[in-house]
Amino acid sequence: MQTRSERIRLALEAAFAPARVEVRDDSGQHAGHAGARPEGETHFSVLAVSPAFAGLSRLARSRAAHAALEAEFGGGLHALSLRLLTPEEAGQG
Amino acid sequence: MTNPAFERIEADIKANPVVLFMKGTPVFPQCGFSARVVQILSHLGVPFKGVNVLDDMEIRDGIKAYTNWPTIPQLYVNGEFVGGCDIVMEMFQAGELQSLLKEKGVPVSAEG
Repeated sequence: MQTRSERIRLALEAAFAPARVEVRDDSGQHAGHAGARPEGETHFSVLAVSPAFAGLSRLARSRAAHAALEAEFGGGLHALSLRLLTPEEAGQG
Repeated sequence: MTNPAFERIEADIKANPVVLFMKGTPVFPQCGFSARVVQILSHLGVPFKGVNVLDDMEIRDGIKAYTNWPTIPQLYVNGEFVGGCDIVMEMFQAGELQSLLKEKGVPVSAEG
Protein backbone atom coordinates (compact mmCIF):
# COMPACT_ATOMS: atom_id res chain seq x y z
CA MET A 1 0.00 0.00 0.00
CA GLN A 2 1.19 3.48 -0.84
CA THR A 3 2.06 5.79 1.99
CA ARG A 4 0.56 9.25 2.09
CA SER A 5 4.02 10.63 1.32
CA GLU A 6 4.04 8.69 -1.92
CA ARG A 7 0.52 9.76 -2.83
CA ILE A 8 1.39 13.41 -2.16
CA ARG A 9 4.47 13.13 -4.35
CA LEU A 10 2.53 11.50 -7.19
CA ALA A 11 -0.27 14.08 -7.00
CA LEU A 12 2.21 16.95 -7.10
CA GLU A 13 4.13 15.37 -9.97
CA ALA A 14 0.90 14.95 -11.93
CA ALA A 15 -0.22 18.52 -11.26
CA PHE A 16 3.01 20.48 -11.64
CA ALA A 17 5.64 18.29 -13.36
CA PRO A 18 8.14 19.60 -10.81
CA ALA A 19 11.87 19.61 -11.45
CA ARG A 20 12.25 18.71 -7.81
CA VAL A 21 9.85 17.54 -5.14
CA GLU A 22 10.53 16.57 -1.55
CA VAL A 23 7.89 15.28 0.83
CA ARG A 24 8.62 14.85 4.52
CA ASP A 25 6.34 13.17 7.02
CA ASP A 26 6.53 15.24 10.23
CA SER A 27 3.70 13.38 11.96
CA GLY A 28 6.00 11.96 14.62
CA GLN A 29 6.73 15.46 15.92
CA HIS A 30 3.03 16.06 16.48
CA ALA A 31 2.05 12.72 17.99
CA GLY A 32 -0.54 13.05 20.71
CA HIS A 33 -1.76 16.54 19.93
CA ALA A 34 -5.01 17.69 18.33
CA GLY A 35 -5.31 16.46 14.76
CA ALA A 36 -2.70 13.73 15.17
CA ARG A 37 -3.94 10.19 14.63
CA PRO A 38 -2.49 7.07 16.23
CA GLU A 39 -1.71 5.75 12.75
CA GLY A 40 0.23 8.93 11.89
CA GLU A 41 0.40 10.44 8.40
CA THR A 42 -1.18 13.74 9.45
CA HIS A 43 1.58 16.37 9.24
CA PHE A 44 3.72 16.86 6.14
CA SER A 45 6.20 19.31 4.66
CA VAL A 46 6.60 19.74 0.93
CA LEU A 47 9.21 21.44 -1.21
CA ALA A 48 8.31 21.60 -4.89
CA VAL A 49 10.18 23.40 -7.64
CA SER A 50 8.24 23.85 -10.86
CA PRO A 51 7.98 26.32 -13.73
CA ALA A 52 4.21 26.00 -13.27
CA PHE A 53 4.45 28.38 -10.28
CA ALA A 54 5.81 31.24 -12.39
CA GLY A 55 3.54 34.28 -12.37
CA LEU A 56 1.45 32.94 -9.48
CA SER A 57 1.21 34.66 -6.10
CA ARG A 58 2.04 32.76 -2.95
CA LEU A 59 -1.67 32.30 -2.26
CA ALA A 60 -2.32 31.05 -5.80
CA ARG A 61 0.54 28.53 -5.60
CA SER A 62 -0.71 27.17 -2.28
CA ARG A 63 -4.28 27.02 -3.53
CA ALA A 64 -3.14 25.04 -6.57
CA ALA A 65 -1.27 22.60 -4.32
CA HIS A 66 -4.26 22.29 -1.98
CA ALA A 67 -6.46 21.52 -4.98
CA ALA A 68 -4.05 18.83 -6.19
CA LEU A 69 -4.12 17.29 -2.70
CA GLU A 70 -7.84 17.63 -2.02
CA ALA A 71 -8.29 13.88 -1.62
CA GLU A 72 -5.57 13.79 1.04
CA PHE A 73 -7.12 16.65 3.02
CA GLY A 74 -10.41 14.79 2.81
CA GLY A 75 -8.70 11.66 4.13
CA GLY A 76 -6.94 12.73 7.30
CA LEU A 77 -4.17 15.06 6.13
CA HIS A 78 -4.19 17.69 8.86
CA ALA A 79 -1.21 19.99 8.35
CA LEU A 80 0.82 20.73 5.27
CA SER A 81 3.78 23.06 5.17
CA LEU A 82 4.40 24.23 1.61
CA ARG A 83 7.45 25.70 -0.03
CA LEU A 84 6.59 26.21 -3.70
CA LEU A 85 9.25 27.77 -5.89
CA THR A 86 9.98 28.41 -9.53
CA PRO A 87 13.33 27.04 -10.78
CA GLU A 88 14.63 30.63 -10.85
CA GLU A 89 13.68 31.24 -7.23
CA ALA A 90 15.27 27.94 -6.23
CA GLY A 91 18.47 29.00 -7.96
CA GLN A 92 18.12 26.21 -10.47
CA GLY A 93 16.94 28.25 -13.45
CA MET B 1 -24.54 32.27 2.00
CA THR B 2 -25.93 29.23 3.78
CA ASN B 3 -23.23 28.53 6.35
CA PRO B 4 -24.20 30.13 9.69
CA ALA B 5 -20.53 30.53 10.59
CA PHE B 6 -19.92 32.88 7.64
CA GLU B 7 -21.91 35.73 9.18
CA ARG B 8 -19.95 35.51 12.41
CA ILE B 9 -16.65 35.31 10.54
CA GLU B 10 -17.54 38.36 8.45
CA ALA B 11 -18.56 40.29 11.56
CA ASP B 12 -15.15 39.52 13.11
CA ILE B 13 -13.04 40.42 10.08
CA LYS B 14 -15.03 43.62 9.49
CA ALA B 15 -14.82 44.78 13.11
CA ASN B 16 -11.10 44.08 13.54
CA PRO B 17 -8.32 45.20 11.18
CA VAL B 18 -6.18 42.14 11.98
CA VAL B 19 -7.76 38.79 12.88
CA LEU B 20 -5.94 35.51 13.38
CA PHE B 21 -8.04 32.36 13.31
CA MET B 22 -5.89 30.05 15.37
CA LYS B 23 -5.69 27.05 17.68
CA GLY B 24 -5.51 28.28 21.24
CA THR B 25 -5.24 31.91 22.29
CA PRO B 26 -2.56 34.52 21.57
CA VAL B 27 -1.33 34.03 25.15
CA PHE B 28 -1.49 30.25 24.97
CA PRO B 29 -1.35 28.95 21.40
CA GLN B 30 -2.01 25.21 21.18
CA CYS B 31 -0.31 24.53 17.87
CA GLY B 32 3.17 25.33 16.64
CA PHE B 33 1.94 26.89 13.40
CA SER B 34 -0.45 29.21 15.20
CA ALA B 35 2.27 30.05 17.72
CA ARG B 36 4.63 31.13 14.93
CA VAL B 37 2.15 33.61 13.47
CA VAL B 38 1.37 35.00 16.94
CA GLN B 39 5.10 35.43 17.46
CA ILE B 40 5.50 37.41 14.23
CA LEU B 41 2.53 39.68 14.93
CA SER B 42 3.69 40.26 18.49
CA HIS B 43 7.23 40.93 17.29
CA LEU B 44 5.89 43.60 14.93
CA GLY B 45 3.74 45.05 17.70
CA VAL B 46 0.58 44.56 15.67
CA PRO B 47 -2.67 44.59 17.65
CA PHE B 48 -4.83 41.67 16.56
CA LYS B 49 -7.83 39.64 17.54
CA GLY B 50 -7.22 35.92 18.03
CA VAL B 51 -10.17 33.63 17.36
CA ASN B 52 -9.69 30.25 18.98
CA VAL B 53 -11.20 27.72 16.59
CA LEU B 54 -10.76 24.93 19.16
CA ASP B 55 -13.47 26.62 21.22
CA ASP B 56 -15.97 26.61 18.40
CA MET B 57 -16.54 23.75 15.96
CA GLU B 58 -18.78 25.90 13.80
CA ILE B 59 -16.00 28.44 13.23
CA ARG B 60 -13.34 25.73 12.94
CA ASP B 61 -15.09 24.15 9.95
CA GLY B 62 -16.62 27.41 8.79
CA ILE B 63 -13.36 29.32 8.38
CA LYS B 64 -11.92 26.55 6.18
CA ALA B 65 -14.94 26.76 3.89
CA TYR B 66 -15.13 30.57 4.02
CA THR B 67 -11.50 31.03 2.96
CA ASN B 68 -11.40 27.85 0.89
CA TRP B 69 -8.21 26.99 2.76
CA PRO B 70 -7.81 23.61 4.47
CA THR B 71 -5.61 24.50 7.44
CA ILE B 72 -5.37 26.71 10.53
CA PRO B 73 -3.98 29.34 11.28
CA GLN B 74 -5.45 31.87 8.87
CA LEU B 75 -4.57 35.57 8.96
CA TYR B 76 -6.97 38.28 7.79
CA VAL B 77 -6.05 41.95 7.36
CA ASN B 78 -8.83 44.46 6.65
CA GLY B 79 -11.18 41.66 5.73
CA GLU B 80 -8.76 40.11 3.25
CA PHE B 81 -7.14 36.69 3.61
CA VAL B 82 -3.34 36.99 3.73
CA GLY B 83 -2.30 33.37 4.23
CA GLY B 84 -1.43 30.65 6.68
CA CYS B 85 1.76 30.06 8.64
CA ASP B 86 4.08 29.43 5.65
CA ILE B 87 2.95 32.48 3.69
CA VAL B 88 2.97 34.80 6.70
CA MET B 89 6.50 33.63 7.58
CA GLU B 90 7.77 34.06 4.03
CA MET B 91 6.17 37.50 3.77
CA PHE B 92 7.62 38.55 7.11
CA GLN B 93 11.10 37.40 6.13
CA ALA B 94 10.85 39.28 2.82
CA GLY B 95 9.55 42.43 4.56
CA GLU B 96 6.30 42.12 2.59
CA LEU B 97 4.11 41.60 5.63
CA GLN B 98 5.34 44.85 7.15
CA SER B 99 4.63 46.70 3.87
CA LEU B 100 1.19 45.16 3.56
CA LEU B 101 0.24 46.15 7.11
CA LYS B 102 1.42 49.73 6.55
CA GLU B 103 -0.37 49.91 3.23
CA LYS B 104 -3.56 48.84 4.95
CA GLY B 105 -3.09 51.42 7.68
CA VAL B 106 -2.39 48.94 10.47
CA PRO B 107 -0.02 50.33 13.07
CA VAL B 108 3.29 48.47 13.19
CA SER B 109 5.39 49.46 16.18
CA ALA B 110 8.50 47.49 15.25
CA GLU B 111 10.23 47.04 11.90
CA GLY B 112 11.13 43.40 12.57
